[in-house]
Amino acid sequence: MSDGIKKFMFVNTKAPYGTVYALESLEVVLISAAFDQDVSLVFCDDGVFQIMDKQNTEASGMKNFSNAYKALGDYDINKLYVEKESLEERGLTLDSLMDLTYEDEDDDWAEKPSINLVSRAELADLMDQQDVVISS
Amino acid sequence: MKFTLLINEGPYQHQASDTAYQFAKAAIEKGHEIYRVFFYNDGVNNATRLAVPPQDDRNITERWAELAKEHELDMVVCIAAAQRRGMLDADEAGRQGKDADNIHPAFRISGLGQLVEGGIQADRLLTFGD
Repeated sequence: MSDGIKKFMFVNTKAPYGTVYALESLEVVLISAAFDQDVSLVFCDDGVFQIMDKQNTEASGMKNFSNAYKALGDYDINKLYVEKESLEERGLTLDSLMDLTYEDEDDDWAEKPSINLVSRAELADLMDQQDVVISS
Repeated sequence: MKFTLLINEGPYQHQASDTAYQFAKAAIEKGHEIYRVFFYNDGVNNATRLAVPPQDDRNITERWAELAKEHELDMVVCIAAAQRRGMLDADEAGRQGKDADNIHPAFRISGLGQLVEGGIQADRLLTFGD
């Protein structure tokens, strides 16, 4: 911890609509942006389904909140880690996911991808570097 | 050490709240500080003052309330999660035009910022839930 800024990591492990965890986790993430902390998100296990492209909840009657992930870049939340093994185990690739980006203010507002593909071992190292890990 | 506890599951259905309670009690006995207990997801249901568990079972809400009174614990219920699930204090019931309230006075309703702030202020934030 330096300058009173802590590293917060929100770990998402569950599919988006079967339970309320994904939606309510996202609500905490958006609030955390107001506290000027170092925030990152992880999508692993069934959590990778949270950021699948072209979500359609019409038939299930659930509220489709997937567009909110696209707003994360505007909140300066641009470190999204997707676990490679979780994608592979589910027959998914990066192309299955939404195109989540942010504008880099240190690079003339160039649009850059927010999603980083990481291995399970790399993810363990990243978690080790955090001050606060909140998972659901 | 200074702890913030996050409780994400409701009472009786899940052991999360019981484990958190036992942890809080043990930590205080060992001289640690509980900075805040934050109730989120179905965890907000731990704050109901209307539960009537069988007499030979623990009363989860009352047990928290007693611990809070004894040690001046700050027990916070997330307002957004509470509203979704029909958990209201008297002020909120008035504001929403509802004819009843059910939050135990030992708990207070506030926003998610209290969870993030709890994570910033405490040495450790512990999650109790799935």
